[in-house]
Amino acid sequence: MNFTHSEDRQMLADTFGRHLDQQYTIDVRHRISGSPEGWSRERWLGMADLGIIGALFDERSGGYGGSGFDLAVVFEQLGRSLVVEPFLGSLMAGQALAKAGCRSDLLAQLIAGETALAFASEEPQSRYDLASLTTQAQPAQAQHDHGTWTLSGRKSVIPQLEAASHAVVSARLGKDSAGLFLVELGKPGAVVSGYKMVDGGRGGDLTLDRASATLLTDNALPLLEEITAAGIVALSWEAVGVMDVLKKSTLDYLRTRKQFGIPIGKFQALQHRIVNVAIEIEQARSAAINAAAALAGPRAARERAVSAAKYTVGRAGTIAAEESIQMHGGIGMSWELPLSHYAKRALMIGHQLGDEDHHLSRFISLAVTG
Amino acid sequence: MDLTFTPAEEAFRAEVRAFLEQNLPSMLAEKIRTAQRLSKSDHEQWHAILNQRGWLAVHWPVEHGGTGWSIEQSYIFEDELSRAHAPGVVAFGPSMLGPVLIKYGSEAQKRYWLPRILDGSDWWCQGYSEPGAGSDLASLKTSAVRDGDHYIVNGQKTWTTLGQHANMIFCLVRTSSEGRKQEGISFLLIDMKTPGIEVRPIILLDGEHEVNEIFFTNVKVPVENLVGTENKGWTYAKYLLTYERTGIAGVSRSIAALKELRRIAQAQLRNGKPLTEDPLFAARMARVDIDLRNMVTTNLRVLLASGDGAAPLEMGAMLKIRGTEIRQEITRLARIALGPQAQPFCTPEGITAQYLNYRKLSIFGGSNEVQREIISKSLLEM
Ligand SMILES: Cc1cc2nc3c(=O)[nH]c(=O)nc-3n(C[C@H](O)[C@H](O)[C@H](O)COP(=O)(O)OP(=O)(O)OC[C@H]3O[C@@H](n4cnc5c(N)ncnc54)[C@H](O)[C@@H]3O)c2cc1C
Repeated sequence: MNFTHSEDRQMLADTFGRHLDQQYTIDVRHRISGSPEGWSRERWLGMADLGIIGALFDERSGGYGGSGFDLAVVFEQLGRSLVVEPFLGSLMAGQALAKAGCRSDLLAQLIAGETALAFASEEPQSRYDLASLTTQAQPAQAQHDHGTWTLSGRKSVIPQLEAASHAVVSARLGKDSAGLFLVELGKPGAVVSGYKMVDGGRGGDLTLDRASATLLTDNALPLLEEITAAGIVALSWEAVGVMDVLKKSTLDYLRTRKQFGIPIGKFQALQHRIVNVAIEIEQARSAAINAAAALAGPRAARERAVSAAKYTVGRAGTIAAEESIQMHGGIGMSWELPLSHYAKRALMIGHQLGDEDHHLSRFISLAVTG
Repeated sequence: MDLTFTPAEEAFRAEVRAFLEQNLPSMLAEKIRTAQRLSKSDHEQWHAILNQRGWLAVHWPVEHGGTGWSIEQSYIFEDELSRAHAPGVVAFGPSMLGPVLIKYGSEAQKRYWLPRILDGSDWWCQGYSEPGAGSDLASLKTSAVRDGDHYIVNGQKTWTTLGQHANMIFCLVRTSSEGRKQEGISFLLIDMKTPGIEVRPIILLDGEHEVNEIFFTNVKVPVENLVGTENKGWTYAKYLLTYERTGIAGVSRSIAALKELRRIAQAQLRNGKPLTEDPLFAARMARVDIDLRNMVTTNLRVLLASGDGAAPLEMGAMLKIRGTEIRQEITRLARIALGPQAQPFCTPEGITAQYLNYRKLSIFGGSNEVQREIISKSLLEM
C-alpha cells in the first residue's frame, strides 16, 4: 500500500501548480473567463508546452500518461486555480479518438495545444443517461464502411464547445445501436450556439442538421461508458482541488475575522462546522482515489467506483460550497472574493456527467447486476 | 384546537384574491413566478397599487394609514400575495422604519415621513452593517458628532440592499464611546443627496448589483433627523428586529415556491418519466413538503401565541432558522431538478441565480448561527 503519487507525477503536479500560481492568478482567470471567448488559446498552448495535455494520453496515442492518477494530478491543479480552458472535452474526445484508433493526426495537434476538442453526449432529454439518444445518424453514402455519415439532432450544455475544432458526438445508429462520431464544427449543418456558464467560461449547444460526420465506432455504449468514467475521475479530482481551496480560505477567514472581540474561529458552532467540511473533503479525496485506481480495471468495479466518487463529490461539493459561504457571512456572497467562484465551481461539478441522485441510483443498480 | 379560518376570514381571503385578480399586473406576477429581478419602477408601481387600496403598510395602526388587521388577516393577505406571485413589499420603509417612527418618532417626524413612505416619495435603505460590524452590530463605528444644529457623520456602511435606488437611509451611528457599546448608538435619518455620501456597488456571486457600500465623509445631518433620544438607538434597532414576525418564516412564499418546484420537476424527464416520479427526487420533495406543512402550523402557533405580533425573541429565531432552511432547500431542489441545464448563466427562470442569491437568507437578518445562540441561551438558561 502506498498513497503517494509516483515521483514523476508529483513533479508534474508541482511544476503545473507553480506555473498556475504564477501565471493563472485569480485576476487572470476572471479576465479569461469573462472574455468573449471564455478561454485563452495562448494559455492553452502554454499548458500544452508544459506537457499537461500529453499527460492525459498514453504513449500509444502520443502522450505519456493517460492513467487515472495522471488525470488526477492534472485536474486537481485545474481545480485549485479554477482553470476554464477546455480540458474536460479534450480529455474525453481525445480518449475517444485514441481508443477508437482514429485520427492520430488530430490527437497529435491536440497534445501540441494547436486545437481543442469537445465531447457531446448530453441531449436536452437525456439527463445524464448515455443511452438516451435522439440524435440520429444516416449513412451519407451507400457504403457505411467508408465512414461518412450525416447526423441530425441536438446536443446540449457542452463545456467550451466554441473553443473546439471538432466534437465527438454520440448518435443513434439505426434503431437499436449507437455510434460515436467525429464532427468538424463550423461546417454546414453543425451549428454552435454558445453562452456564459454560471461558474465561468462558456458552454454551448450543438444543433446538427445533416452534418457530415466520421464514424469512430458503431458500438458506442461501452466506449461512452469508459470515456465518461475517465471524465468523472477528472471531475472528481478537480472537485477535490476546488474544495481544498474552499476549506483553506474558510480556515484563514475563521482565524482572522473578528466579531465580539474574538476571531470567529473561537466559536465552537463554527469549529464543528468546518470540521465536518474537512471530513467530507477527505472522504471525497478517498472516493476520487478509488475511482482513479479502478479506471483501468474491469467494467463492473470501475463503474461502481466512478459512480461512488461522483455521488460523493456531488454531495461534498454542495456542503463545502454552502458551508464556506455561510461561515464567511456577507463577504462570502461577493463576486470580489475568489471564494464565491470556487463555491460555484464546486456546485456546478455536481451538475456535470451525472448528479448525486443519478449516481446513487446507478450505484444501486450496478450493485444488483454486478 | 381549531385549525380552520372563520367565515369572515374566508370572505376576507376572497376579497384579497379578487383585488389581486384585478390589480396585479401580469408582467409583475410573471417576473416573480420566474424569479426575475424587479426594476425600481416595478417596485414603485406595485407599492402604488397597494397604497391606493390602503394595503401597503398593513401592520401600521389605522390612524397612520395602516389596516388594523388581525394576525389571521395579515397571514391570509401574505398567503394570497404569494399564491398570486405578487411582489413583496420592499421592507425598509413600510415594515422597518415605519414602525420605529410610529413608536419612537416625534410628532413632526411622523407627520412628515410616514405619508412619504406610503406615497412613494421616499425610497429608504437600511444602514446598519459595517465592514467590522456584522453579527456584532453593536460594535459599529460610523460616528455622528454634534455640531450646533447638525450632526457630522463619518464612516462606512456596507451590504446596503438596493441603496442604489434610495434617496434616504436610516442609520445606526455612534454618538458616544462611553459605557457599554450598545449605549452609545443613535438612530439617524440621512438624505442620500447630502454632500459627502458616496455609494459604490457590490456585485454578488450571481453577478447582480443588489447591495452597496456607502461612505460618509463629513456628512451634515440636521438634528431634527435624530429619532428618539440620543444614545438610545440600540433599543429602537432591537424593536425593529422583534416587530412583525408574520413574514419571517416566509411560509407562504415557500408554499408558492414548492408549487413552482413541482411544475419544474414535472417538466424534467429522468429515464423517460417526469422527475416527480423519480423515487430519489420525489423523496427529496416529500421531505421539504412535510417540513413546510409542519412549519405552517408552527408559524401560526407562534404568531397567535404572541398576540400583538411581537413574538418572544427565541420563537422568532426558530421561525427564521427553519423557515429560511426550507426556502433554501426548495431553491436547491429547483437547481437539482434542472440537471445539466442548471449550468448556463441564464438558466431557465433564473433558477441557479436564485439558488445562489438565497444563500443570503441564512446570513442576513441575524445569521442562523446567531439565531441559534439566542435559542440556546433561552433553553439552557445559563
Ligand atoms: C444580500 C445581503 C443583503 C444585506 N442587506 C443589508 C442591508 O440592507 N442593510 C444592512 O445593514 N445589512 C445588510 N446585510 C448585512 C447582514 O445583516 C450581515 O451580513 C449579517 O449581519 C452578518 O454579518 P457579516 O456578514 O459581517 O458576517 P459575520 O458577522 O462576520 O459572520 C461570519 C460568520 O460567523 C458567524 N458568527 C458570528 N458570530 C457568531 C457567534 N457568536 N457564534 C457563532 N457564529 C457566529 C456568522 O453566523 C457567520 O457564519 C445584508 C447581507 C447580505 C448578504
